[in-house]
Amino acid sequence: MPQEKPATDLASHAPQLLVEGLAVGYGATPVQREVSFSVRPGSIFAIMGASGCGKSTVLKALIGLLRPSAGVVRFGGRDYWAASEASRDELARRFGVLFQGGALWSGMTASENVALAFQMFTSLDAAAIDALVQVKLSLVGLEAGRASLPADLSGGMRQRVGLARALALDPEILFLDEPSTGLDPISARRLDDLIVELRAGFGMTVVMVSHELPSLFGICDDGVFLDATTHTVIAHGSPQVLRDTCPHPMVRAFMHRERPPEPTPGGADAGQ
Amino acid sequence: MATVASTGIGDRPAGWTTRRDGGDTVVALSRDWTTGGTGEGAGAAAEVLETSGRGGLRFDASGLGRWDSSLLVFLAALRVLAGQKKIRFDDAGLPESARRLLALLPASAPPAIAPAARPTFVAQLGGTMIGLGAEGAAVTQLVGDQLRRAGAALRGGSRMRRVDLIGCMYDAGISALPMVALVNVLVGGILAFVGAVQLRRFGADIYVANLVGVAEVREMAAVMTAIVISGRTGGAYAAEIAAMKGTEELDALRVIGIPVQEYLILPRALALTLMMPLLYVYGAAMGILGGFTVAVLTLNLSSQIFIAQTRSAVTVHEVLFGLLKSLAFGVLIALAGCRIGLKAGRSAADVGHAATSAVVVGIVGVIALDALFAVCANALGL
Repeated sequence: MPQEKPATDLASHAPQLLVEGLAVGYGATPVQREVSFSVRPGSIFAIMGASGCGKSTVLKALIGLLRPSAGVVRFGGRDYWAASEASRDELARRFGVLFQGGALWSGMTASENVALAFQMFTSLDAAAIDALVQVKLSLVGLEAGRASLPADLSGGMRQRVGLARALALDPEILFLDEPSTGLDPISARRLDDLIVELRAGFGMTVVMVSHELPSLFGICDDGVFLDATTHTVIAHGSPQVLRDTCPHPMVRAFMHRERPPEPTPGGADAGQ
Repeated sequence: MATVASTGIGDRPAGWTTRRDGGDTVVALSRDWTTGGTGEGAGAAAEVLETSGRGGLRFDASGLGRWDSSLLVFLAALRVLAGQKKIRFDDAGLPESARRLLALLPASAPPAIAPAARPTFVAQLGGTMIGLGAEGAAVTQLVGDQLRRAGAALRGGSRMRRVDLIGCMYDAGISALPMVALVNVLVGGILAFVGAVQLRRFGADIYVANLVGVAEVREMAAVMTAIVISGRTGGAYAAEIAAMKGTEELDALRVIGIPVQEYLILPRALALTLMMPLLYVYGAAMGILGGFTVAVLTLNLSSQIFIAQTRSAVTVHEVLFGLLKSLAFGVLIALAGCRIGLKAGRSAADVGHAATSAVVVGIVGVIALDALFAVCANALGL
């Protein structure tokens, strides 16, 4: 059996992404504070929580779209927000992002959406770029609609093109913002399986924002739970473990689809 | 005999060799196969097949360094070509992760997309004429529909919300006052300067007032105000409606039974049609003020003489003619903006195209319509 050496270095067990004391918000409005967690290389890490708790806002701070008001985000030991703009750009090229709904560039076809990163960041010729684009789109199972504009694609197809675009430069970390929201159960399951296969194939780390329970239980092996009331992390662990063992009433309500606890005047109690 | 080759442009580019083992060809992969180092995967696959025999294809990845999607491009192309030549493709020697990714890719070449046939000149011309005919019919239908709905609205029989009409009138009228004033004051001043240079040669400085008054009231105020409104309001109408189309807001209106023509277009068309004559009067006054300022301050014309000359030169007929033109310009700009917004595509780029088209169509249409008015006025001796 030949030794497997994918481009991404999986030998290290140091956290690939380390978040310490992160505080994010819009203007003077805090959304989350004291958010800390670490993501192991090769894992699928979930950022969980109810709608409106600030999951996507935290994600924005991780991918460089929103400067946190406090805290540190480290990729492979490098402090992202303390780095120069050029260094941040260089780091950003090492991760791919699938935005909610795909966020495809509406004036470009599916193939052109995937090709843009190659055109901007490599010196490959058109034939080589086309070959890579076709492989990326085939990997995500998009056989038809490659020459179509996003407006002419279904929601599931847009998500797949978005995933192919996120995978374009073979990222070390793949960030997914609500990847299966709006998809039917079969398409959502296919997307989950695809994420698992791509993680195994490319050896990359996946950080996923989601509140879709089947996806969380099906593919995630670690995570944090954010709370909208206390504006911070109330539980750490894989979704399965949190479902089975976490005593926090909000986490239990979320994981078991139960009625949430009545909010107390002083705010919810501290979590696990 | 072994074949040795390397591909790519990196410091340690991808490499492969082939050797015979029994009846099979073994492809030994070596060095790094990364996107930054190679883009030759598909071409290399054809070379491998040229040197292989009729037996199967196997792999030796013991010398393989770092790899990413470029290795997949090579392997996928090799598998497709092997399939076409009925050569067995054995991926057992590949890294497990590469095999998993390869399993996600189709084993046969995707069907080629036939390029669209280029239409002949006659076909293009025919298509253009059919398109123009259809557009003409759609515009005629829109104009007729809006006239009918406007009549109903004036009789109080429309579902158009009064708050929408007032909001559109404010946006198209009061919000545009500063820009209309600025443009017309400058145009009036320029007319006074240019007229004075010529008229002074004949000792007829006093007729600067006549020139400014007639030109502003009959021509310039209506046209310049319409151009400003076309760039400002016509473009905004097109962009707003196109954006609503892209986000399916128009579909949401239709499915609950609200006619887009009545909810979106009628208040805009009515507002601009009502506000344009008022803006014209305001613009003409500002233009004469600009000419007055230049004439009094730089040409030493007395203010009383300027006013008297203007009153004698500008007749009610001139004002009515200008009002009629501004009314027509308002209808044109509003309906062009709304129509272009309605037929726009659903992408973000289409919103920009719609806004640009509305401004261009509005300005060109205003000038063409003004020329038509000039020809008609000349024919009727007005």
